[in-house]
This record gives sequence, structure tokens and C-alpha cells, in this order.
Amino acid sequence: MNTPGDDLRSGETSGLGHMMQAGVDTSHGPILYLEDITVSFDGFRALNKLTLTVETGELRCIIGPNGAGKTTMMDVITGKTRPDEGTVFFGQTIDLTRFTESEIAHAGIGRKFQKPTVFENHTVVENLELAMKTDKRVRRSLRARLSSEEIGRIGATLDLIKLSGEAGRLAGVLSHGQKQWLEIGMLLMQEPKLLLLDEPAAGMTDHETARTAELFKELAGSHTLVVVEHDMDFIASLASTVTVLHEGSVLAEGTLDVVKSDERVIEVYLGR
Amino acid sequence: MPLRLATRVLIGLALVFGLCAGAGAAAIEPALLAQLTSEDAAEKGEAIDAIAAIGDEAALAVLSALRDGMLKVSGTGQMFIAERGKATDAATGAAVDPVPDDAEKVTINNRLRTRIESAIGALRIFSKDPKERLAAVATLTADEAMLPALDQALASETDPAIKSALQQVRAASQLKSSDAAKRLAAIDVLAESLDAKSKNLLLPLMEKSPAGEFAEPDEQVRQAASAAVAAIERRLAVYDYAGRVFTGLSLGSILLLVALGLAITYGLLGVINMAHGEMLMIGAYATYATQTVFRAYFPAAIDWYVVFALPVAFLVAGGIGILLERSVIRWLYGRPLETLLATWGISLFLIQLVRQLFGAQNVEVSNPTWMSGGITVVNLVLPWNRIVIIGFSMTVLLLVWLMLTRTRLGLFVRGVTQNRTMASCVGVPTGRVDMIAFGLGSGIAGLAGCALSQIGNVGPELGQSYIIDSFMVVVLGGVGQLAGTVYAALGLGVASKFLEPYLGAVPTKILILVLIIAFIQKRPQGLFALKGRSVET
Amino acid sequence: MNTLATNPGFTIPGSEPLFDGRAWTAIAAFLIATLVVVPVLFLVVPASSSFHVSAYFVTLVGKIMCYCAVAVAMNLIWGYTGILSLGHGVFFALGGYAFGMYLMRMIGREGQYQSLLPDFMVFLDWKAYPWYWSFTDHFWVAMVLVVLAPGLLAFVFGFFAFRSRIKGVYFSIITQALTFAFMLLFFRNDTGFGGNNGFTDFKRILGYRIADPHTRAALFALTAAYLMACLVLSRALIRSKTGRVLTAIRDSENRLMFSGYNPLWYKLFVWTLSAVLCGIAGALYVPQVGIINPGEMSAANSIEIAVWVAVGGRGTLLGPLVGASLVNGAKSYFTQSFPEYWLFFLGLLFILVTLFLPKGVVGWFREKRKAAA
Repeated sequence: MNTPGDDLRSGETSGLGHMMQAGVDTSHGPILYLEDITVSFDGFRALNKLTLTVETGELRCIIGPNGAGKTTMMDVITGKTRPDEGTVFFGQTIDLTRFTESEIAHAGIGRKFQKPTVFENHTVVENLELAMKTDKRVRRSLRARLSSEEIGRIGATLDLIKLSGEAGRLAGVLSHGQKQWLEIGMLLMQEPKLLLLDEPAAGMTDHETARTAELFKELAGSHTLVVVEHDMDFIASLASTVTVLHEGSVLAEGTLDVVKSDERVIEVYLGR
Repeated sequence: MPLRLATRVLIGLALVFGLCAGAGAAAIEPALLAQLTSEDAAEKGEAIDAIAAIGDEAALAVLSALRDGMLKVSGTGQMFIAERGKATDAATGAAVDPVPDDAEKVTINNRLRTRIESAIGALRIFSKDPKERLAAVATLTADEAMLPALDQALASETDPAIKSALQQVRAASQLKSSDAAKRLAAIDVLAESLDAKSKNLLLPLMEKSPAGEFAEPDEQVRQAASAAVAAIERRLAVYDYAGRVFTGLSLGSILLLVALGLAITYGLLGVINMAHGEMLMIGAYATYATQTVFRAYFPAAIDWYVVFALPVAFLVAGGIGILLERSVIRWLYGRPLETLLATWGISLFLIQLVRQLFGAQNVEVSNPTWMSGGITVVNLVLPWNRIVIIGFSMTVLLLVWLMLTRTRLGLFVRGVTQNRTMASCVGVPTGRVDMIAFGLGSGIAGLAGCALSQIGNVGPELGQSYIIDSFMVVVLGGVGQLAGTVYAALGLGVASKFLEPYLGAVPTKILILVLIIAFIQKRPQGLFALKGRSVET
Repeated sequence: MNTLATNPGFTIPGSEPLFDGRAWTAIAAFLIATLVVVPVLFLVVPASSSFHVSAYFVTLVGKIMCYCAVAVAMNLIWGYTGILSLGHGVFFALGGYAFGMYLMRMIGREGQYQSLLPDFMVFLDWKAYPWYWSFTDHFWVAMVLVVLAPGLLAFVFGFFAFRSRIKGVYFSIITQALTFAFMLLFFRNDTGFGGNNGFTDFKRILGYRIADPHTRAALFALTAAYLMACLVLSRALIRSKTGRVLTAIRDSENRLMFSGYNPLWYKLFVWTLSAVLCGIAGALYVPQVGIINPGEMSAANSIEIAVWVAVGGRGTLLGPLVGASLVNGAKSYFTQSFPEYWLFFLGLLFILVTLFLPKGVVGWFREKRKAAA
């Protein structure tokens, strides 16, 4: 797997490779730093002066009712939505608002969508191959051949996500849970520093959910994980810091027990 | 030259006196008529001037006949006017029967012809028919000798348009005066003009001869002239501008009509209907069919066939739209590219169908009389059919807006547009809403087709020429936005008409397309699109 | 690691051969038929023999092979990448016009007015060639133009369209507007491309008389070889990792972006390649058919290309060939026998294929075979 602090080499950045020469600098703690982010859609404020810090190697859970701004926050971090105001820093030096989705993915942020999104007409192996960290410019992929080391990495990931038996099947015929795992596997092939996971356990059996929680705990430390979930049992099993979003801002932060006993959180979730 | 001037003055004076005494004058002296047959051109000319001086209808008839080669002289010396096999005595106006068969045409040369023309022109400004008078004034050339006649005409003229035209000619004639004060007065009158011709009259005053002398010796007059030219130019620019805004609005309202149906089917339902143009075509042919029925069975009410054609066009196009939605389009929801191809197929099919039924040639759809002609605002002519269509498109727009915002169907349509699944869950019959909305969009296209039939050719390919324009309007305006469609249509219309004088029609079209493509670079969602919450995948 | 690499337990992407033995045999057979058999039957076998192939047949098949190459190009962008272009008629015509310029200059003084200028320029009272005709009397300059004209247009247009993420139907409509603009432009006399009538009455190509049967046979064989080259190129591209990225764009562009790919360059690459392939097909088409005019740029022509691919089966290797041949075969049959029913047929074809044969003829056969197996 990936070793922490492994810098992106400038030769391997994306086609517009002027960026991120030094890679992500996490020498001063936080890997992700959002400050006063505001995003509005036609008067509706999806994010309202959101400020959030995630430490390197942390496993952070984000919860919140529908419309709290969880997905919009991920959109902002991954470059899909530009904030109206505020700054987003990846490490000390990289201002994410200045880059495109693919550049941000290259810098080391992987994202799993709420609805499992894989390339349905490609085989499982091809899905992993496409996601694998490498030079992703047209010129290189025209002549790209997998090295034996890369084939080894694909094999190892297949084992990890328990899809070795399905390697040659089309991703479209996998079950919902298997697709979730494949997408997680694809994220790992990207070797990101930071993983954003939107409802990763949805549609999984209890057994699969438990395994996912284990995997995440394993990854934490060497990676930073931000998990958005509704499943409280799953969050409890992760035993991490929990951030509660409400109406586009942070409502509460702490361990799950602390958050659960916060009056404002109870009010938001249960209403009056 | 002095001689000619003298005769002109003579004509003018004679006209005035002739007219004063003219009420009683009934016949033209035969001797004067006989002089017209003289071999000597000078004598002929004098006769013409003398006849012109009589200044009544009979004189006008004789001079017109002379000009047109219809004044004849028989072997017995009787002068008569031959017209379509009939003949009238030139002197008395009595019928001549039988028509003498040994008659000869009274010939004139070109110089005389010019003389007759101006004499006739001068005579016609006293005609009873205001249209005739206006036309006559337009043919007059500026000449100081005409001043008495013009003053006479001005004194009796009541029609303001003719009066102002007369004043123009009078001022132009006065400009030739040797009296600087008169010239100044003339310039004051011309400065009020809206006619580019007045400007052309003034410009020579400021020219310098090669020797460095001004054509107009008086400094003050020159200054007044240059101020007047500037004033005229300003006024002309304003009217030119207004004219372009009008034609632009007219084009814009046509685009709006054409795009409104599309704004519903594409903008709201998300159905990319390439056969939209053919719905226009069907509407136009429905109008043609209604006209045919009226001509055959209700010729008396032919002027009102358009009013009946509107519901017919709406229902026929709407019905065909519903048929298409149920049979083809509903199977393709959520597959826009396939919808595009299938509806293109539908459009080919419909074009060929209409060719088989009505022939490949254009059919003739005529304006009802109340839609032909136009109103004149100062020097702008605004055709009635354009005005009616501007009003019509605004009416249709209002109806569509009311339908979408004030009715249950509109609520359903908006609901389905925003969230199909949710709308379906709360009991909106999404299938029927789709069907009716598509029918409505097609029906509005039918109405637009009916309007198009009043201003352009109606043929099987009618729709093809509008489909790209209408998609551009919807794309530019922002999908799903009625307001955007309105602004885009009117904006494109006015922009086209403002660019056309500089670039020509085709380069304008190309430039507009390029501008739209460039614009979409900046705002891919169009002018007025809602910035929605980002949706995954 | 090494044992995994030699026997990873799965098929390594991109490791399969380009074609299996049967496919190579089929390609070889096609090339023998078109490069040897047809030319011999056309040139050597006397017209009285029942084995003789007529000039009409050679021209018709040559024309259809050009269309097949266009369909292969269209399939790259639409079938595999999911971008429906309604502008491929323009690329085809631009290639045709570029080569047509060379052919026009080769007429020399053999035109009606015996001028070095083409007849239409003499007619418009032009005294010299406009600047963009410079050097077009050199064959290789014309060849470069055949590639550059459609290629540059596609690159510039594609760059702006893809950069602002214009997708789906939006993109299709904009390409149709582009087509429309170009048609208007070429219809004008003052743009220097012969207006309505375009280019025609060609006499010579590289010194050979264009009407000569040997020249025809050579153009026919060249077209066949080009078509096969397009096919092999398209297969190789789709089998490469780039090909897998392209289908990934079609299926889930978002996932691809968040995996670190910039779809812009991939789209631009395949879009420009497709346009160039189309342009070369147009250049082969013009000397065989003997005319190029702005009608080739009509919206209807471009959209017809899409239907060839849809009929054959998009996203399949052979689909475009099958579709272009079937539709154009039907077209030449109908326009001869029942001209008034051709549009009915074509219209219905559009509708029925999208409703009932979404995967085209090839896809349908494939499914039937799968069901039988």
C-alpha cells in the first residue's frame, strides 16, 4: 500500500501539470482546511460559512439531515462546485478552488459517490486499471501496457475487496454491495491521501458493513478518511470524531456519544 | 435657358390665373389643339404650355394622352383621344363614334416629353384625389418658376402630409432664389424635413468649386445649411433606428412564436423534438386548407378565414403531436440522443407526407385584406401583418404563461419537470401530463405555423428553415425558462436586424451563430438558467 | 509479485490480440476482392462477359466504401465515446473541398472559358485565385489541407465546446448549428468555393485522366485499402487504454474525472481524429463521384451518418460498415425505383431502429447468438 508522505512527483501530475509541484504539504497538521465556505443556489444557501478542519491520518464522520450540505461540501472539495466565498486548502499549500476535478484527483483526493459509480461496461479488472495511479494523459494511455508490478497491485486490490472471483465480469452485473466495494477498490488504486466516502455502507449486508468498517480503520493513519453516513451503527463501529452539519454549517463536533447528547443536535434530528 | 425659364414662369402664372378662372372653362379651343399638330417644335411647345395653363381636367387628359401617344388626329382634322377602342373628342370630351380609321398619332420628341411631364406634374397637384396630389408633388422638381403655383396649391391644401411635401418643394425652389433672405427661410423649412432628399438639396450649398469659391456665396446661409443638415441627419438616424427596432421586434416575435412550443417540449419536458419545425409546417398547411375551404364554400367570409384557421392549426398540430408522443416519443424518455434521431425520422416522414398530399411546390396563402397594407408613421411604413404577428405572439406568450402558472396542468407540468419521481409519488399522472404538454407544445407550433403562413412561403420544407433558429433561441435563453426564451428571441431578432445593414443577411446569420456558441462558453446553462444543486452523475 | 504477474488469475487488459485468425482472414479476403478481383473484372474482362463489372458498380461501391469510412469515424465519437455529432457532414465536405481545389486547378485551360481560373471564378469576373487557394495545385499541399481543414476546425470547435463541458443533446445541437453556418458560407459565391454548384467537371488527377477506367479502378482500390486501415486503426484505438477511457467517458464521465482523467483531451483527441478520418474519406469520394457542392453540408446529410451507425450497431466494430452499406444500398435502390418513397423509408428507419433495434443489426445478431448459445 501507500506510504504516508509519498510526494507526488511532478512528472506524474495531470496534463496541465503546472500545479502541485511539491505535492501535498501536511507538515503542520491538517490535511484539509475549509474556511467560511458559502455556496448558494438561487438564493438557497447550501453551505453557510462552513469551517472544518481534518487532521492528517484522521477518520472523520460527517452526519446531518438531508439538505445539510454534505454532498455540496464534497462537491466543493473535489472541484465540482466553486464556492461563492471562502477558501479550501489541501495541506498547507494547495488551494483547491483553483483546480479542476481531475487535477484535484491527481493531487491525492479520491471520492466515492453516494450512488455507487463504476464503469458498468468495463470488467472489474479494467475498472481498477483505469483508476490506478499513473500518467493519465492521452499520449501515455495510447501506448500504455501494464507492468508486472501494476498487475500485482491490481491482484492485491482484488483480493482486498473480495472480487477476485469476479475479475473478468462486467461491473454492471455486480450486486449493489459489490459495486460499492469495487468503487472503494478504485479509490485505493488511485493511492489518494484523502478519501471522501459518501454513504459507503449503503446497500451492504451486515457482514459487508462490518468488513467495510474494519477496512476503514485499517486505512486510517496512512490515509485520511472523511465518511458521510446515515447508518449510526456503522458510525459507532468506526469510533471516530463526528461532525454534525446543519443548514450548511457545523452544528456540533466530538465523539458520537458527545454529539448524540447535544441538545441542538437532538432538536435538528427529532424536530419539535 | 432664359427662354425656358421665361416659359416656365409663364406656365406658373398661367396656372394660377387659369385656375382662378378655371371653374367655368369647359372646352379647349380647337385652334390650340390644332397647333399641337404643327411641324414646328417651338409652336408645339407653346401650345402645350397654353393648354397646361388652362389647368383643368380636360387639359390634363389631353396632355396625358399626348404623352402616352393616344392623342390622334383624323383625316378631317378632328382631334380625339383613343383609349381601348373608344375615342373621345379632345376639345369637347364627347364620344366619337365611329372611331375614324385614318387617324394619325400626334408625335412628340423627347424635349417636349419632359415639358409635358412637368406640365402634367404641375397640373396634378390640383387634382381632387389626395393620393394623386401626393404622387404629383413627389414628381416635382425644384424650380423658382414653380413658386406661384406652389403657393396657390399650398393655400388650398388641407392634407397635412401633402402640405408638408409641398412646403419641401417650395423650399427647394426657394433655395434657387437670388435673395439670401429667401434662401435662409427655405433652409429653415428644410431643416424640419425627414427626407434624405432635403439633405441632398442642402449639401451642394457647402461645396467648394475647384477655384476655392463656395457654391453659396453668403456665409450666414452656409452656416444655416450646415446646421440644418446636421438636424436632418439626427432625425433620420432616430427614424432609421426606430425602423430597425420594429423589424427586429417583428423577427423576434416570430422567433418567439416558433420557439415557445419548443420551450415547452424541450425546455420543460426535455424532449428534443427535431420534428418541431414540421409542426410549424403542419400549422401553415392547416391554414392553407382552411383558406381553400373558405374560398370554395364561404367566399363572402374569406377575410376572416385566418381567425378560423387558428384553432384548426392548433388542433391539427396538437393532435399529431399527441399521436407522436403516444406512439414514439414516450418510449424514448431519458434517451435524448435516440429521441433526436427518431424525431428527425418523424420530420422526414411528415415532409414527404405533405409533399404527397399537397405537392412539392409552395402553396399560396394570402393575407386577408385587413392584414395587407400598413400604417405610416412619419416616414416609416409598418406593415399590418407584422403588427398583427407581434400582437399575436404576445397574446400566445401571455396565454402560455397563464397556463403554466395559473392552472392545475401548469402546476403538474412544473412538478414533473422538477422531479418526475416525486411528482409521480404524489399522484400526478405523469404519463398524461407528458402527453398533454407535448400536445400543447405542438399545438403552439401549429399556431406559429399559421402566423408564418401570413408572412412567408408555405412549402413542405418550411419547418426546416426554422428548426435551428428555434433551438438556438431555447439554448440561448436557458432551458426551462420562459423569460429566457422571450429575451433570447427578441434579442436575437433585434440584433440580427441591426447587424444586417452592415454585414448582409448570411454573414449576420453566421455571426449570430458564432456569438451564441461563444456565449455558451461563458454560460453553458443559457441566459436565465437556474443554478441547481449539483446532481451526482 | 512476479508469479502474480505471469499468472494473475485474470485477463490483463490490452493483452488480447487485435483480431483473431478468422477476422484477419476476412480482412485479407476483402482486400483481395477489392484490390485484385474487382479491378481485373472491371478492366480486363470484356464488357460482353457476364463476369464483367460495370463502371456504375465500381463507382457505387467506391462511394459506399467512402460512406463506410465516415461511419467508422462516426462510430469512434458516437458509438464508443457517446458524443453524437451532427457535424460530420462538414468534415467530410471540407476534405472533399480541399481535394476538389486541387482537382479544379488540374483542369488547367480545359474549362469552358479556357482560363487558368475555374469557370465559376471567370464567371464572377475574378482575376486571380484568392489567397487560400495558394499552392493547391501541388498534390501534397492539397493532401495536407485534406487533413488540416477538418482537423483544425474540429480541434478549435471541440476545444471550446468540450472545455465549457457542453454535452449530450446540447453538443449535438451546436454541431448542427455549425453545419448550418458552414453550409450558408459555402453556398455564397463570394467565398470562392463555387457557390451552389460547388466543384465539378474534373479532368485530371496526378496527370491521369479522371474518367479513365484505370484511374477509377485505382481510386476504388485505394478507397478499399483506406477503409480497412480505418477499421484496423479504430480497433487498435478501442483496444488501447485510451479506448477504455473513451468508453468510460460515455458511461460515467464523472467517475472518470474524479479518477484523475481530464476528459477534455481525450474527447478532443478522438473528435479530431474522427473529423480527419472523415475528411480523408471526403477526399476519396470527390474524384469518384465527380462533384462536391454545399448540399453535402446540409443538416440532413450529417444526421444520416448517425443513422448508418445506429442501423449497423453503434459501439460495435462492424456495425458502421453494415449500416452504411445497408442504408446506402437501399438509398440507391429506392431513388432509382421509387424515388418518392425514399424519405418515407428513411424516416421510418430512423424511428424503428431507435425503438426496436437500439443495438443495431450487429448487436441484434450478437444477442441472438448469445441466446442460442
